[in-house]
Amino acid sequence: MGETILELQNIAKHFGDTDVLNGISISISKGEFITLLGPSGCGKTTTLRIIAGLETPDEGRVILNGQDVTDSEPNKRDVNTVFQNYALFPHMTVAANIGYSLKLKKRPKDEIKKAVDDALALVQLSGYGKRMPAELSGGQRQRVAIARAVVNRPSVLLLDEPLGALDLQLRRQMQLELKALQKQLGITFIYITHDQEEALNMSDRIAVMKDGRFEQLGTPAEVYDSPRTSYVARFVGTANVLTGTVEAVEGDVLKVACAGGCAGALRRGYSFTPGAPITLAVRSEHVEFTKDPAACGIAAVIREKTFAGGMLRIALELSDGTTLIASRHGIDMDVQTGDAVRVTWAPASAVPVDVEAEEAK
Amino acid sequence: MKAAATPLKKKKKQSGVWLTLLPLYLFTLVFVAGPLVYMFVLSFQTRAEVWGVVNQFTLDNYKNIFQPVYLNTFVESFKLALTSTLLICAIGYPFGYFMAKLPAQWKKRVMLLLMIPFWTSSLIRLYGWIIIFRANGTLDKLLMGLGLTDGPLKLLYTYPAVVVGMVYALLQFMILAVYSSAEKMDWSLVEAARDLGATPLKAFLTVTLKLTLPGLLSGVILTFIPSMGLFFIADILGGNKVVLVGSLIQDQLMKAHNWPFAAALSVVLMILTSLMISLYKRVTHTTELEGIL
Amino acid sequence: MKNRTKLPNIYIGVVTAVLYLPIVLVIIYSFNESKISSVWGGFSLKWYETLFRDAAMFEALGNSIVLALCASLGAAVIGTLGAYGFTKVQLRTKSAVEYVSMLPIMIPEIILGMVFMTFFALVGLPFGMTTLILAHTAFCVPYVYMLVKARLVGMDKSLAEAARDLGAGEVRVFFDITLPLLVPAILSGMLLSFAMSLDDVIISIFVTGVNVNTLPIKVYTQIKTGVTPEINALCTLMLGATIILVVLSNVLGKVGKPRTGKQHKETAERSAAPVPAQPQ
Repeated sequence: MGETILELQNIAKHFGDTDVLNGISISISKGEFITLLGPSGCGKTTTLRIIAGLETPDEGRVILNGQDVTDSEPNKRDVNTVFQNYALFPHMTVAANIGYSLKLKKRPKDEIKKAVDDALALVQLSGYGKRMPAELSGGQRQRVAIARAVVNRPSVLLLDEPLGALDLQLRRQMQLELKALQKQLGITFIYITHDQEEALNMSDRIAVMKDGRFEQLGTPAEVYDSPRTSYVARFVGTANVLTGTVEAVEGDVLKVACAGGCAGALRRGYSFTPGAPITLAVRSEHVEFTKDPAACGIAAVIREKTFAGGMLRIALELSDGTTLIASRHGIDMDVQTGDAVRVTWAPASAVPVDVEAEEAK
Repeated sequence: MKAAATPLKKKKKQSGVWLTLLPLYLFTLVFVAGPLVYMFVLSFQTRAEVWGVVNQFTLDNYKNIFQPVYLNTFVESFKLALTSTLLICAIGYPFGYFMAKLPAQWKKRVMLLLMIPFWTSSLIRLYGWIIIFRANGTLDKLLMGLGLTDGPLKLLYTYPAVVVGMVYALLQFMILAVYSSAEKMDWSLVEAARDLGATPLKAFLTVTLKLTLPGLLSGVILTFIPSMGLFFIADILGGNKVVLVGSLIQDQLMKAHNWPFAAALSVVLMILTSLMISLYKRVTHTTELEGIL
Repeated sequence: MKNRTKLPNIYIGVVTAVLYLPIVLVIIYSFNESKISSVWGGFSLKWYETLFRDAAMFEALGNSIVLALCASLGAAVIGTLGAYGFTKVQLRTKSAVEYVSMLPIMIPEIILGMVFMTFFALVGLPFGMTTLILAHTAFCVPYVYMLVKARLVGMDKSLAEAARDLGAGEVRVFFDITLPLLVPAILSGMLLSFAMSLDDVIISIFVTGVNVNTLPIKVYTQIKTGVTPEINALCTLMLGATIILVVLSNVLGKVGKPRTGKQHKETAERSAAPVPAQPQ
């Protein structure tokens, strides 16, 4: 896994009556690209600022490179931040911006020049040294902000939604570049975003946050294929969440009774007893249905057919009112609104979520 | 609620920065608060025989103010201030309003044109009026030349001259205040009112006037209060005929050497102006006096 | 209201003309050969000559300039530090002190003059340049303070955070980041203070010493006692100086503002165009 470079131990932070952070703990390895994913207000920016030293936690410790830095000033930590609005110093040239941290360390002039030139080359902005930030486009300012933060080769680089202000195409391009940069430099990246696609694309691990806590911490595959809670299932990718009762347990396969029929699911290491309530999450691309009334599955009625984002979305209403979304490639399908169908999926596609009981693993 | 280690660090951080407030604190307390407090104390002291003050508490100074001749001065100053302010409103408001509707290029030009008289010494501008108003001065020449009058008008050293001087000195403040308020206005609201059936006049009264009211009131404060104290305009353009509170205070201080009385007059003047400011604050629901800076 | 009538423009034109009328007259008469203003004697520069030979006038001018410089510098230091401290430090008394420090521009000048004079007499300060500078600084501080505070409050907080993140301590942040960005506001405040100080008559009359004359005082007493045409020349010159100051402050106002809008897009496009491999 690599050595641990940063550790957060039970970080808590309150602002007045609100608990912004509630027991955040994580161990981050050297060279890792880890993303904090969540909606606004979930505490991801606060976590970042605590790591940077711009805020102090009310409880908990921050251990960087083996040292407790919880109370030390931001300028004394080996951590650098790429700010959401770039925060480039408007009265300094690009080169002065990038070289600022080195100037503070009183490095010799030619060393600074070389480091700045190298950093500019790294972000593909060679020759832009003499420009002022106001003369640059959003994407260019973005790169300068990154160059300024990496020129120090810090132990940890913090990125606060750096691509938020860019348009879609530029964002996709920058995602690839950032990932390549990280691999090249080997610096540990802690990245914040609310865009789950971005997180899934770039990260080695994702921490899904909700209300100041980590809902789930895992690789993109783990978070996507095996969400632990309905929140994670809904936040990452489009998921259907439905409740039912366990009918039977056959090895790893569960038979679940839902409103209007039954379906299969995998135990995934949890232990269930027949009769126990269960919540399942199924990705919309895994939802199948057929018009054959004799097939096994859940009874549903087609409510809506829409084409969005390159996929065909079909809304299916179950007998208890729950709506399931199925998605398909293609522009149309041979079903009409109002058709009665039976919904099924492969057991492996359904994941139990929000399980109270201890894992059997 | 913080962990034990942090409060100590926070205090250490604070101690460095508070030094930046020190100059302001010291200077303000010694050279602004101090004098003002002293003025208040002084107003209750008794004037000594020849010069200076004696430490004897008295309310005479304040009682004196109620003598008709002094009360009259206050009333006269108030009347002058009121007249000037009304005229300034009448002239300045349209100017500020029209200026805000100019195309951007012209706005800048007019602003620049306004700035020059604004920053020119008030004395110079006053002096120009002397040239105009003095007997056989420019105004007389013009009127006689046009055949409107027979002899010199002798407008200098009259009440109207003082009013003109006041208006002239303070007009820019009103213009700038109205302009800054009108400039921020959302003109589409007026269009909406017209669209809904209002005549231009009604639209103006219900929308524009209401929205530019803060600017107008700012301007009133910025002109009324100074006009109570700008005695040198009355001095130069009005001679001895027009006596204002300001000249009265100056006389008491410099000529009669009656410092306590001058202090009492000043205190009353200050109370009056503070009342105006708090009235303004109440009317406009603002917490800060927005200057035109 | 569409541009149907020329009335607004006419109104503005007329009022502006009236505003300039006295000024223009002063300028014209400064070149008047004749001593009596009502008679035009011909174009002459002799009043300017008289002016330049008037030593007392120059002394008063010198005093005024020194006074204005000291007052604006003092106000700059006190006002800037004060505004910075106000935004950074938590003290219960700071709002009250702020209010008191603003009073000098809210109180009628006559009261201020009286107040300073009696106070200085009480304390025993010698009346002259010292008292002048103290009094002037007092009414200049609010201008600098307000302008700097407004700029500080509107400043992007993440800039200071970025500087700290990159390794700067509090002091360095102030000198490298905050202060440079405050310079336009400080200069504006100083310029305004300079102009206010130069223009002050009332307060100066009260707190000056017997031997110390400032320019406005000199002009005022001359106007009161009897008008010498020299005054016209002096006023014209002062006017010229004012115009230069106004133009200067206008130019200053443009420096330090980031280029925005059309200009920005233009430069951005220019920088993106040349080499195809150039990233956006």
